[in-house]
Amino acid sequence: MSEQTTPASGGAVAAPPPVGTVRLTINGTAHEVQLAPWTTLLDALREYLHLTGTKKGCDHGQCGACTVLVNGTRINSCLTLAVMHEDDDITTIEGLGSEDNLSALQQAFVDHDAFQCGYCTPGQICSAQGLINEGKAHSEHDIREMMSGNLCRCGAYVGILAAVQEVVNKK
Amino acid sequence: MSTTNYIGQATSRVDGPAKVSGAATYSAEVHLPNLAYGYVVSSPIARGKITKIHADEVLALPGVIQVFSHENVPSVAWLDKKHQDQVAPGGSPFRALQSPEIQFSQQPVAMVMAESFELARYAASLLRIEYEQEAHETNLETQRAKGYEPGKGKTGYQPPPPPRGNPDKAWEQAAHRMEAEYVHGTQHHNPMELFSTTVDWHGEGKITAYDKTQGVFNVKNYLVGVFGLNKDDVRVVNHFVGGGFGSGLRPQYSVYLAVLAALELRRPVRLTLTRAQMFSFGHRPQPLQYVKLGTNPDGSLAALQHHVLHETSHFEEYTENIVTWSGMLYQCDNVKLGYQVAPLDVFTPLDMRAPGAASGSIALEIAMDEMAYEAGIDPLELRLRSYAERDQNQDKPFSSKKLRDCYHQGAAKFGWEKRTMAPGSMREGNMLVGWGVGGGVWDATQKKSAAKASITADGKLTVLSGSGENGAGTYTIMTQIAAETLGLPLEAVTYQLGDTDQPEAPLQGGSWTAASVGTAVQSVCQDLAGKILKLAQKQADSPLQDAKFEDVEFLNGQIRLRADHSQSVVIRDVLQSSGEAKIEADGSTTPNMPKQSQYSLHSHNVVFVEVKVDEDLGTVHVTRVVNAIAAGRILNQKTARSQVLGSVVWGIGMALMEETVIDHKFGRYMNHNFAEYHVPVNADIRDIDVIFVDEEDDIVNPLGVKGIGEVGMLGVTAAVANAIYHATGKRVRDLPITIDKLL
Repeated sequence: MSEQTTPASGGAVAAPPPVGTVRLTINGTAHEVQLAPWTTLLDALREYLHLTGTKKGCDHGQCGACTVLVNGTRINSCLTLAVMHEDDDITTIEGLGSEDNLSALQQAFVDHDAFQCGYCTPGQICSAQGLINEGKAHSEHDIREMMSGNLCRCGAYVGILAAVQEVVNKK
Repeated sequence: MSTTNYIGQATSRVDGPAKVSGAATYSAEVHLPNLAYGYVVSSPIARGKITKIHADEVLALPGVIQVFSHENVPSVAWLDKKHQDQVAPGGSPFRALQSPEIQFSQQPVAMVMAESFELARYAASLLRIEYEQEAHETNLETQRAKGYEPGKGKTGYQPPPPPRGNPDKAWEQAAHRMEAEYVHGTQHHNPMELFSTTVDWHGEGKITAYDKTQGVFNVKNYLVGVFGLNKDDVRVVNHFVGGGFGSGLRPQYSVYLAVLAALELRRPVRLTLTRAQMFSFGHRPQPLQYVKLGTNPDGSLAALQHHVLHETSHFEEYTENIVTWSGMLYQCDNVKLGYQVAPLDVFTPLDMRAPGAASGSIALEIAMDEMAYEAGIDPLELRLRSYAERDQNQDKPFSSKKLRDCYHQGAAKFGWEKRTMAPGSMREGNMLVGWGVGGGVWDATQKKSAAKASITADGKLTVLSGSGENGAGTYTIMTQIAAETLGLPLEAVTYQLGDTDQPEAPLQGGSWTAASVGTAVQSVCQDLAGKILKLAQKQADSPLQDAKFEDVEFLNGQIRLRADHSQSVVIRDVLQSSGEAKIEADGSTTPNMPKQSQYSLHSHNVVFVEVKVDEDLGTVHVTRVVNAIAAGRILNQKTARSQVLGSVVWGIGMALMEETVIDHKFGRYMNHNFAEYHVPVNADIRDIDVIFVDEEDDIVNPLGVKGIGEVGMLGVTAAVANAIYHATGKRVRDLPITIDKLL
């Protein structure tokens, strides 16, 4: 038998950081939101702005479900703080198209059944849009490789490849 | 010309636009004012007890509301029975925060409640807890002698049948024989969506829980029992599940803790587990499997023995059907099957996609490959020589079994006849090419289900049944069934699910949703159709005046005589002129047991796999897969294909990378994150072909469907392992087959 205390040392507990006004431009709309500096862009979107299309799958940058576009470039929104993006143009899945007005990429995902449960899907689509913006993906191999930061536990990779390929080829 | 005969079509998902636009909301995405956020603290030790919790230190932080632990949570129902959900194994279900005792690593030991998620997380990271640690045992290897045959087992568990023939003597006297032990890594479901519950508090003892679950009714009954709430005061809702794979079959501690907090704090609560905590509530157990096979001189199986030992927890006796399938997949007169469990200091294992069968088929199907090489017979041919025309376990005929068609169509599509037998005999430059085969069998099950249908005067149909949508396509196939039954366009039909206010549907699992809920939806829509026909017949000069229900068909918005298509009425006109604002039908359906019990009801598949192994680096790529499936009628070619594609990805993951590793010194799963628990990514997956062979079956259920969520995974893992043997000559019996095992 042994004894253990976790976390190991106690001591003074630092007070939480203060909240301030943060200005974010999301999908072309300016928002003012009261946030502490420790709030990630992902939590700001989901919990403070109720833009829940962006998903949390790991909160550690390992799954890609939280992918959004910042100035057209895809990033994991769980690995960046909201306060760092006051001057940025942020696009989430809600900004790419709506249920009644899908983007070509969103429509291709529906047509090729490139998802099942749908939870990784907004991240897949934002990532694919970023990939298309980057202009680097040409072959099947490129797309597979450059979409591999977005996990899909349902295993819809065949459909994801087909959907992205269709849109890449049309460009 | 398009018709309203939607069943069997490759209809795109009706919930697709919501899913691709971010409009589909999951359990953590319900926006409620005044939410309190919870964050769970997990035990770092595997066994022992909590001696002190320094809650005061974090309670001093502004915005921290409460620290729940065994020291201050109210007592819940005393009897184990109240804690046992529909699919609980025997034993005493885990009760979070009810005792200082630690039963497994990562056990929830406290929950911090705060005004924001960030603050709850911060406070949880600071919360000091003192433990008295006791010796634990998490290594199954040490328990080989301690296995025992489980008792009754949980719902759906079938103890292996008694031995038949003389399996020992037959194996001794076999013309060719093999024996080997197989093991694969522990797996965790890891759906992409984190387990999360948002609870709305409506006043004293009244709640709505938005919970990630595969069964809203299972969760509701559990909450009512555990917290002693009034049945009418608890509602559980879940419109979309971000993947389940079995992880949501049982109510998890997340829903228990969230509801506890809401009841205590008397306000809405959200609790989301971390990815690391997703490894804390159930897993596919690691089985030690021993198989002995022998063949007759003609290559048919003379003897088959399959014995398994896997872990359970100390508090529940988890069982799954691992070996039973081995007694029915092939014709063999001398069979012995054994099944044992042994307790470890871990959480109770939990059904995970194709529970039991996925594990059992790895051992049996690699063993069949080894047998083929011992006997010098092509592995596919070996399977054909022991084709089971009858289920020998139950001594019953199959209701239908088109596995032979799977073998032939799959082999033709794959090009199996070009395979050369010798390992290492097919190569492309530096790449060793291997072709392997495997397959399996799964239950075709129908459960009692209820549904309700209503149609309004404008011709809009709404169908309700409290099933789930975890990606299998429930919204879509139910919409197709309802639309076809009433001859309405898909756009006129809304199917709603995932709410305990709806008619009760079974848990979403076991590949039975299409068969069970589909039958109920079809049945209530037929009842509704009967009512509409009666309204039509009330109209003056109705061309359907004397028609019986069987004499008419509902198609393309019309009711018409089958014998004379010119005699028809428009459904919408009937509704509008009837004067009724709404017509309803509800009811439930149950399996036709007198008919079904005479047969063995199963789906089958075979999988052909090509791998390319880099001779120098040992890297494996699964370059081609053909999965041929006999699963009765396919309701939707598109969503069904996706389920099978996903199953193949699962099988590849199980073969090559998935493994949760315990450091036995700590008794803890060490790789509890997506960076170290590897699941296949896009670059791991190449060409996958899916074949659904024609299989008619009017015994399994009126729709003739067998379900496809699990069967598609069977045989994939073994076929990959067999292909790797064919490529390299290395027989790896310890999965996953990582590079180190090939170098």
